[in-house]
Amino acid sequence: MELVYMTAHELHRMLSAREISAEELCRAALDRIEKLDGRLGAFITVTGDLALDQARAVDRRIASGEEIPPLAGIPVAVKDVICTEGIPTTCGSRILSGFVPPYSATVIEKILARGMVMVGKTNMDEFAMGSSTENSGFFPASNPWDTDRVPGGSSGGSAVAVAAGQAVVALGSDTGGSIRQPASMCGVVGMKPTYGAVSRYGLVAYASSLDQIGPISRDVADCALVLNAISGHDPLDSTSAPGDRPDYTGFLNREIKGIKIGVPGEYMGEGIDPGVREVIGGALKVLSSLGAEIEEVSLPHSKYAIPAYYLIATAEASSNLARYDGVSYGYRVEDPKDVVDMYSRTRSRGFGTEVKRRIMLGTYALSAGYYDAYYLKALKVRTLIKQDFDRAFEKFDVLICPASPTTAFRKGEKMDDPLQMYLSDITTISVNLAGIPGISVPAGFSGGLPVGMQIMGRPFAEGTLLQVAHAFERSTDHHKKFPEL
Amino acid sequence: MARYETVIGLEVHVELKTGTKIFCPSSTAFGGDPNTHVCPVCLGLPGVLPVFNKKVLEYAIRVGLALNCKIAGFSKFDRKNYYYPDLPKNYQISQYDLPLAEHGHLNIDIDGQVKRIGITRVHMEEDAGKLVHQGSTGVASYSLVDYNRTGVPLVEIVSEPDIRSPEEARAYLEKLKAIIQYTGVSDCKMEEGSLRCDANISLRPAGSDKLGTKTEIKNMNSFKALQRALQYEVERQTEILEEGGQVVQETRTWDEARGVTLSMRSKEQAHDYRYFPDPDLVPLVIDRRWVEEIRAGLPELPDQRKARYVKEYGIPEYDASVITASKDLADYFEQCLEGYSNAKAVSNWVMGDLSRLLNAHDIDIARCRIRPAQLTGMLKMMDGGTISGKIAKMVFEEMFETGKDPEQIVKEKGLVQISDEGAIASVVDEVLAANPKVADDFRSGKEKALGFLVGQVMKATRGKANPEMVNRIIRERLR
Repeated sequence: MELVYMTAHELHRMLSAREISAEELCRAALDRIEKLDGRLGAFITVTGDLALDQARAVDRRIASGEEIPPLAGIPVAVKDVICTEGIPTTCGSRILSGFVPPYSATVIEKILARGMVMVGKTNMDEFAMGSSTENSGFFPASNPWDTDRVPGGSSGGSAVAVAAGQAVVALGSDTGGSIRQPASMCGVVGMKPTYGAVSRYGLVAYASSLDQIGPISRDVADCALVLNAISGHDPLDSTSAPGDRPDYTGFLNREIKGIKIGVPGEYMGEGIDPGVREVIGGALKVLSSLGAEIEEVSLPHSKYAIPAYYLIATAEASSNLARYDGVSYGYRVEDPKDVVDMYSRTRSRGFGTEVKRRIMLGTYALSAGYYDAYYLKALKVRTLIKQDFDRAFEKFDVLICPASPTTAFRKGEKMDDPLQMYLSDITTISVNLAGIPGISVPAGFSGGLPVGMQIMGRPFAEGTLLQVAHAFERSTDHHKKFPEL
Repeated sequence: MARYETVIGLEVHVELKTGTKIFCPSSTAFGGDPNTHVCPVCLGLPGVLPVFNKKVLEYAIRVGLALNCKIAGFSKFDRKNYYYPDLPKNYQISQYDLPLAEHGHLNIDIDGQVKRIGITRVHMEEDAGKLVHQGSTGVASYSLVDYNRTGVPLVEIVSEPDIRSPEEARAYLEKLKAIIQYTGVSDCKMEEGSLRCDANISLRPAGSDKLGTKTEIKNMNSFKALQRALQYEVERQTEILEEGGQVVQETRTWDEARGVTLSMRSKEQAHDYRYFPDPDLVPLVIDRRWVEEIRAGLPELPDQRKARYVKEYGIPEYDASVITASKDLADYFEQCLEGYSNAKAVSNWVMGDLSRLLNAHDIDIARCRIRPAQLTGMLKMMDGGTISGKIAKMVFEEMFETGKDPEQIVKEKGLVQISDEGAIASVVDEVLAANPKVADDFRSGKEKALGFLVGQVMKATRGKANPEMVNRIIRERLR
C-alpha cells in the first residue's frame, strides 16, 4: 500500500522499526500536496521546509535509539483557523492577509511537543462560516471523490488532505458540523469533542460557546491517538474542562454487545437523502449484528436547532469578528478619510459575503429591542435541545444518525441559496448546541460518494463513541477505500 | 428657595493596583514605553482567550464591602460592543445585569450635616488603551495607539441620583477616594487617570419627584473641574428652563480652558452596546465565607477613624474629618502621636503649616521630608520653652526644605529662646524708654498697647525672647 494511505498507528510501527524514515514519510506527503493540490485546493499555506526540519528531528531521535511517542513523525495538516507562531494564519479570509501570529495555539504546542510534522495550513470557509469550503476567501476546495463536488465544510481542506493522502491526520474545528460534515463527505473519520475537552486557546473564534477543535483521520484508532494528543485542561482557556482525560486508545477493540443505541426519528426522515438513509440503515444492521440494542428515539426540539444556531452563533460572531478593523494587524484599506471610513471600507472589502451576512444577522439579534425576542429566545431553545439529549441519554448510550443529510453536492449548487446551505448541518448542529461529542465514521457509499454515520454521546463520553465507531469499523471496510486521483 | 432642584449621579472608574492585568499576565505599571506592557491576550489578537485574575475579584469585593454593598453570590462578565481604536477587540469585557456588588452607600459631611448617598452598583471591567493623536485635534492626520493600559482592571462605581449640588458631588467623590485609598486597592490618582469621574445631571422644579432630562458630563479631570463643570451645567440648564426651553438629552464634555461644557453626542447618536454574556469566561460563583474573610480583613475606614480620633484623642470633629480624609495624612498624624500626647497641637500643625506647605509645593505627604518624630521633636522644644511659637514656624519651614532635625536647625541658627529674666528685662527697659507714649497708653488702660510693646521686644530679640516672660515683665514694669 502507498505510504500516504497508511494510518498513523501503522506508520508509527514502521517508523519505530526503521522501515521508513520520518523524512521519507514527510516527503511523500509533500509530493502528494505538490501533485494534487492544484486540483484539490486543500492547502492555503504549505510549510514544507519546516515540516522537513521537524521530520529530520524525529529521525535523529529514532537514530539515537529513543522510543518515539505514537504520533512522532506523522504528517498533520492544520485548519488555517488555528494560530501557528511565525506561520501565516488566514482563517480563509482576505482580512487577515499578512497576519502572522506571534504565538501558537495550545493544540499546536501539544502536537509539536509530540513530534508531529506539520505540512501546512488547510483551506476553509472564511472564518469557518460555511458547509462547502466554497466561502474560502482564496479558492474553493474540491472533493477527492469527485472534483466537481464540494468536500463539505468548513474544515473542507483538512478533510480533503486526509482523504487524498496529503497528510495522515488533520485538525479541524467544528461549530455546527464543520468537522463531521466534511469528514462524512470525504469518507474519513472526524470528531467534534465535548465542549471544553480540547483547549480553544489559539483557535480563532467564530462562535465561542460552540467552537471545538477536533481530529480528522483515516480510521478510528488514529482519531483516538490525536484526541489523546490534543485534549486536556488548559489554564489559558477558562471554558476548558478541569481534570485528566482518559487514554482514548483504551476504548478501542472492545465489544459493543448490549450497548443501547437510539436513532432520532427527526434525523432519519424528511430532508435526509434516501440514499444516505439506506446507508445508515445498513450500518445500523451491522451494529445490531454486533449485539447493540437499537431503538428509535425522539429529540422533539430538533427542528428549532438551525434557527437557534443561526442566532447564537451569529450573535457571538458579530462580536468576535469586530476586532478585524484594520487598526493593528491584517488588511487595511489605503488612504482612509477617517477612522470610520477605515473601519467600513476595510471590513466591506476584507470580509466575504457570507461573513458579512452573519455579522449583520448577529448584530441585529443582539440589538436593543430585539435581544429578548431573538438571542434570549435562542438560548432558551438551546436549553430545551440540551434537555432532549439529556433525556435520550438516560436510556441510550449513544445516538446515531447521518452526519450529513446528503452526499457531497455539486459546486455552486447551494451558493445562491444560503438557507439550503444552512440545512447541510441539520443533523450536526444540535450536538454543538448541547455541547456533547459527535463523531462521523465512513458508513458506505451512495452513488459512488461517501456517507458518514454520526455517533453522538453524553458529555465527555468520547471513549464510548470511539468504542462503537471502532467496533463498526472492524466489521466493515469503508475506511479502506480511497478515491482515485 | 431656588425654583429648581439639582439631581446628580456619578459614575466613577477606579483602576485597581493589581500587579497584572484583569485577563492576562501583562504588567499594570503606569508609564512605560508605549506597547511594552502587552501580550497577545490584551492586544486582542485572533484566537486569544481571557483568563480572569482572581486578585481583581478580591480587590473589587473589598471596594464593594467598604461601600456597604451587598456582594453577589453569582456574577458574570458581559461584552460591551462598540468600535474605538483604543479597544483592540472592539468590545470591552464588563458586567451588565449581574454586577458584583449592589445596594451600598457612603456618608458625606455637608454644612455640618451627615448625608447618605446611595451606591447603585460596583462592577468590574477592563480598561481601554490610549490614543496619541499626531498634531492638534481636528487636523491630526493619524493617531498612534498605546495598549499598555488596555486590560488594566477597573471597578465602576455608580451612585444613586442622591446628590443635590456640585458641592455634594465633590464631597462624594472626595469621600469615595478616601474610602478606596483606605482599602488599599487603588492609588486613586486623578492626574494619572486611576480615578475618573463622569456625571449625570438634571434639574427639576423644586418639590417635584419626577426626574428632569439629564445630560452626561465627561472629561472632568480634577475635583475642582467636577465642581466647576457641574456648576456650569446647573446654570446652563437653569437658563434653558427659565426661558421655557427643554434640556436636550446628550453627552457633553467639560472644556477646562474655556470653563464650559460642549455637546459631544446626542441621544440619537448614543451607542447600542449590544451587551451579551461573554462566552469566553465562566460565571463567578462567589463563596460567602471568602467574602466574610475579606470583610474581616478590611482596614479601619475614614468614618470609623474619624470617630476614634474624636473619642480617643479628643480633637474636634472638624479636625478629625480633615485629617482622616487622606489615609496617608491620618497615618502621619498617628505616627506623630506615638511619641507625643498633645493631639490638638499635632492636628493644628498638620492641618495648618504642613498642609499649606504640601499644597504650595504640590507634594504628597508620603514624600514630605519632615518625619513625624521631627515634627514632635519641634513641638517638644516649644513645650519646654526652648523655642517660641514664632521661631517654631521658621524651624518648621527649614525642616520642610532640608529634612534636618529641629534640634540641629535651632542650634545652627542660634534660635534658642531667651528665657533669661535679666536679659529680657533689659530689652524691655530699652523698648519702654524708646516708646514713652505707648507705655503711658497702656498705663491709662489701653490693653492694645501691650501688643505693640511685646512686638518691639520680639523684634529686638529677633523673635527669640520667651513671649510669656516678655508679657509678664512689661506688665510688671508698667504696673
